[in-house]
Formats: sequence, C-alpha cells, structure tokens
Amino acid sequence: MTGLVLLGDEAIGQGALDAGLSGVYAYPGTPSTEITEFIQRSKEARERKVHARWSANEKTAMESGLGMSYAGKRAMVCMKHVGLNVAADAFINTGITGVNGGLVVVVADDPSMHSSQNEQDSRFYGKFAMIPVLEPATQQEAYDMTRYGFDLSEKFSLPVMLRITTRLAHSRSAVVNSDNRKENVIKLPTDLKQFILLPALARKRYKLLLSVQDKLETESIASGLNRIEAGEDHSRGIIACGLSYNYYQEVAAEAELKHPVLKIAQYPVPPELLNEFVKQVDRVLVLEEGAPMLEESLTGVLENGYQIGGRLDGLLPRDGELNPLLIKEALEIPVETPREVPEIVKNRPPALCKGCGHIDMYNALGGALKPYGPGRVFSDIGCYTLGALPPYNAINSCVDMGASITMAKGASDAGLRPAVAVIGDSTFTHSGMTGLLDVVVEQTPVTVIISDNSTTGMTGGQQSHATNRLEEICLGIGVEEEHLKVMNPLRKHHEENMLMIAHELAYEGVSVIIAQRECVQTASRRLRSQKSVKS
Amino acid sequence: MKRDIILAGVGGQGILSIAAVIGMAAVESGLYLKQAEVHGMSQRGGAVQSHLRISDSPIASDLIPEGSCDMILSVEPMEALRYLSFLAKDGWVVTSSKTFENINGYPPVEDLYNEIRKIERHVIIDAYSIARELGSQKVSNMVMLGAASEYLEISQDSLEEALKALFGRKGEGVVELNIKALKAGKNGVRI
Repeated sequence: MTGLVLLGDEAIGQGALDAGLSGVYAYPGTPSTEITEFIQRSKEARERKVHARWSANEKTAMESGLGMSYAGKRAMVCMKHVGLNVAADAFINTGITGVNGGLVVVVADDPSMHSSQNEQDSRFYGKFAMIPVLEPATQQEAYDMTRYGFDLSEKFSLPVMLRITTRLAHSRSAVVNSDNRKENVIKLPTDLKQFILLPALARKRYKLLLSVQDKLETESIASGLNRIEAGEDHSRGIIACGLSYNYYQEVAAEAELKHPVLKIAQYPVPPELLNEFVKQVDRVLVLEEGAPMLEESLTGVLENGYQIGGRLDGLLPRDGELNPLLIKEALEIPVETPREVPEIVKNRPPALCKGCGHIDMYNALGGALKPYGPGRVFSDIGCYTLGALPPYNAINSCVDMGASITMAKGASDAGLRPAVAVIGDSTFTHSGMTGLLDVVVEQTPVTVIISDNSTTGMTGGQQSHATNRLEEICLGIGVEEEHLKVMNPLRKHHEENMLMIAHELAYEGVSVIIAQRECVQTASRRLRSQKSVKS
Repeated sequence: MKRDIILAGVGGQGILSIAAVIGMAAVESGLYLKQAEVHGMSQRGGAVQSHLRISDSPIASDLIPEGSCDMILSVEPMEALRYLSFLAKDGWVVTSSKTFENINGYPPVEDLYNEIRKIERHVIIDAYSIARELGSQKVSNMVMLGAASEYLEISQDSLEEALKALFGRKGEGVVELNIKALKAGKNGVRI
C-alpha cells in the first residue's frame, strides 16, 4: 500500500488540484483551514498559478468562487460551518443562478464544538439551497468525492456542497490519487443572463432548480455513493451518514454484527431507497454526525408504524459527535466499565500565550474600566475571546464575527456608558468595518479596541487583510483623527495605555484604539525562519 | 498486528511530531494508518491528544474506542492520566516524568506518579533530563518515542528512516540529535 498520507482537509485540497482547480477562496476557520493551506503550499498549484490567497470573509470568498465559475473555470470555496452563515446570501442564491465552471463549496462542521460557538449541521443549508451535498466517510472518499463533486457540479450546472466534520478534517490516512485533469479554459456562460437574478429571470431559474431535483435523487444512487449493503440479521437496519459509517464498521467488526446497512454519502436521498431499506428490517438506527436531519425526515410527525431510532428518541445523544462507544450503547452491546480517570486530573483549558499582547491590552482595559464596574465589554471571535477565562474575566460577549462593535452600539443606544468593543484585526476586516460605519454615522458613544496582532492567530497565523491598513481604514470610515489612538500593549506602557483608554471611555462619541503588537507565535516563527536563512 | 495509541501532552510539546514519525514509519512498513489530531483552539496551552491507529488490515474508525487503547504515550504525567478511560485492561502507560504546570491547582507530582504506578503496565521516564543532556530539551518527545518503541512493533530502522525523511530539511544536526534521543529513550532508566 503506497500513496500519500493526508488529513481529510489535505485530501480535499489534493482532490481539487487533481480535478483541474483554478482557484480556491476561503477565510481561515477551524476545522477547514488546512484545505486552503495545503493548496497554498503546493508547488504544483504555484506553478499552475492556482488562486489560493485568503479572502476577507466567507461571503467574499463565495462570490469570488462564483465569479471564477462564471468565467468557466473550476473553483472551490472553503469555510467552517458558521462561515456559511456569513456566506449564506451568496450561497443560497448560487443555487438559483447555477454555475458555469464546476463550483464545490466545502463546509467543515464542528460537532461537539471543539473550536466553535455552535454545532450547526450544514446539510440543512444544502437542502435549503436545493443543491447536491456529498458527505465522505474517509480521507480517500474525501479525495474521490471532491473530484466527483466538480463533475457533478458541471453536469447539473449547480454548486455542490462537500460536507465534512472535524474528525475527518483533522484525521490522517493514506490516500491514492489519480490522474490530473486539465484546468478548464476561460469560457463565458452560454446564456449571458444566467446570473442576473432579476425577479422575472429568477423565477425561471428557480423552476429549473425545482425541475432537476428528481434527477439529483436518481444521480445519488447511480453514483454508487448511497448504497445498501446486505446483511443477514434483519432485526435491525443501520442507516449510516458520512463519517458515522466508520464507527458502525468498527463496532460491527468487533461484535460480529450482520445488520443490513444503508450507507449515505450523497443528498438528496431518494425516498424510494429509504423505503426499500426500511421495509426489509424490523427497526432502524439512524447514525448522523450533527443534527438528526435524515432521522427527522423518516420519523416525520405522524405515526407511520416504523421503528426509527437515533438522536431523537434518545438511543443516541441529541448533541455532540458520535463515537464507537455511543453506537455500542445504542445497539445494546455490553460494554465493560472503563477505567476511571483519577480525580486529581485537572482541566487544562486553552489559554493566551505567555507574552501575548492581548493580555496587556486586557490589563490596561481592566484598569481603565475599574471605576465603572463589570459587564460592559463586547468581544468577538479570536484568541482574545480567551479573555473570557480567569484570571482575566475581561469580556461579556462573543457571538459571531464582528458582533462586538454592533452589540456595543445597541447597548450604547440603550444608554450603557461606557460601551466597549474588543475585536481582532482580522475579525475587524472580516465583519467589523460595516459595524464601525454604523457607529460613525450616528456618532454612537462606543469605544472600539482593535487588538491588532497582525495575523489571524487562533487558526494558526494566516495573513490578515488588516495588516498595515487599520488606521487608514478607520479614518476612511470617518473616525475622528483625535479619537483614533494607537498603543503598544506592553507591561512597561501599562499606565499610559490605561490612561489613554480611560480618556476615550469618557468621550461621548466614537473612539478607536488600536492596540498594536505582533502575535508572539508569528513573531517567533518569523525570527526562526530569518535565523535559518542566515545560517 | 494492530496497535491503538493515544498520544497525549500539552499544545506545543511536540506530540504531533511523534505521531508523524510513527505514522510515516508505519506506512513505509506497509501498514494501514489512521491518525486523528487536534487543531485550533485546543492547541493554545491546552490539553492535546492524538489517536494513532496502525494495523496490517484496514482500519474503520478514526477514533479509538474507549477501553481498547494499547498504549497511552504521554509527554506529561497529568496528561498521561487524562485518557485513562480509553486504556485496555492490558494496556501500557508510557510517560515523561516532567510536569508542565500552566494552571492553578496543579496536583502534587508524587500523587500523579502514584496514580500512574497503580496501572500494572507503566513506564515513567525522565525524558527531560535525558534530552537536556543530549543538548536540547526540545527532543524530549523523541526520547519518549524511543522509550515506547519496543512495544510498538515497528523497527528502529523504519523509525530512523522516518525521522530522516521528516526532519531532513532542518539539517543533518537536527536529524542526528533526534536519532540520538530516540536511542537514549530506548535505553533510558525508568523511574
């Protein structure tokens, strides 16, 4: 057995390159980041001049991907599940416009919220947009389905969603890759009005989308990705979606189970296939990573006599990712009591790095806020969200990218003084700038601290669009020059930084303070690489 | 042949390098491999683990089922205990003695050792001192891999080949030091 040993994410990157990809568009987000990073590192991608720079956010990524598709080339857009909320406007409408060159949208969900604020299941978005969704179980399938996804996209002139979860994204295994397909040449859509969603045209496009749904169902059997695997023991049947198939295989091999299995890896799933399967077994266990989407569609709301079990009836937990043990328990396979973890083992939560600029920023902010009391710091998504944990206990909100400034605005409108927003540099250019425009237009009394470490830190230090642009952006949006301050968050400047913040907190208008110091991780990587170049 | 190993440590301690070396050595030896890693938020000074599965037949699950792990290989003694529910009855715990104390209320180290000693098959090794004597505490992780190697059923040669392939571009010196660490771990004194 030879081949490449790749993360699920990397297998998708390789699959896309081999499928003739001309551009990947993405904003970093765990667990999707490594797809784009793989393509950025690829020598072949560089030689082919495949676009692989980061986008400002998932929406700009989605639209750029659509633009490349318009021009006839194959594009891929990658994001984490909550990124799809940002891209949703473009994403849903892409189902209506359809595509020209193949367009694959990879969405990496994070059940159990290892590194996210929710565990939403992106398959719902696929259903909502009425486009095909592929859900691989293995790294090899991730590779193969990425390639197939581009062909499928071009066959039906629709975007295709590839849905993965953290466990596949960040697990490595051997992958065998196949021949390289040439990139498409530039070619305009045959109908130059295809992408104009004026109501009259959109109505036609929508009818077209509705009319291909049957064909998409047929395709999901013809592709071989949804298939019934026979078994002698009809007392139960297993419907295994995506990655959960692996866990069932693991349990079945150990416990020598012989239940029929319906493996699901492509949506929409034809009702006929589900009917055929459910009829041949006494009861069904539905395994889904994420929400009980298929299970709910099978149980419905009416009593239909079928015994369908899974996350809804409590056989499996309603939340969190699956694992072999949970499936054993659902199948009533005896499990030995595992060893107990001794009580002396303490939690070790993630923490801000030693020497991190966010720490000094929070210390200065905390000092300046002391006279006002707690409860007035709206924060955002990034390393600085760890300011929520002791010993800092420095923030009071973290909801979505960019929500800090706008939540501070609403609280300020309600009369809260001072109202503070803490946002990172990359999050600011992702989704904070429009919120800043809102407060500037109304001169809402809000103190915005942009904690600028000049990188996208939490996801591993990707290029930030904000680097060296923050002051100009803020002035351009209309922040008054005398209330745009820059500070160096270092312990030795604590007093002056605290006074600067205190001064702005008292201002009845918009203040922006840029706390600028390079991320200690990117700084040490930079110094190391400089050293190795010299030696 | 089938080995399920949980690699444990704190973000930045190099457990993914251990995983990469074993993984490459396993694949080069013609074995199947699955290795689940932790990226993102959990990396920042938090507890980090990797499920590493190698086998001569195809592997289904990316996660090791609870109660069936052959070895917990840890670069930190408290982390060695965190995943104990995964350890099989006859499983090994192989850990470095050196603590990484970045939280309040870190337990007394002797208590941790006592808990580890309750596990029938355990190895505690002063990887930190061994690595420092070799010239860099950074290779503690390779000392630990060396200490675990005889239970892994992967030849010393393929581990060394994997080290060369993975660290080759960092220069001859780095490769040599890591190989030395691997050997020292294999022969190191258990405490």
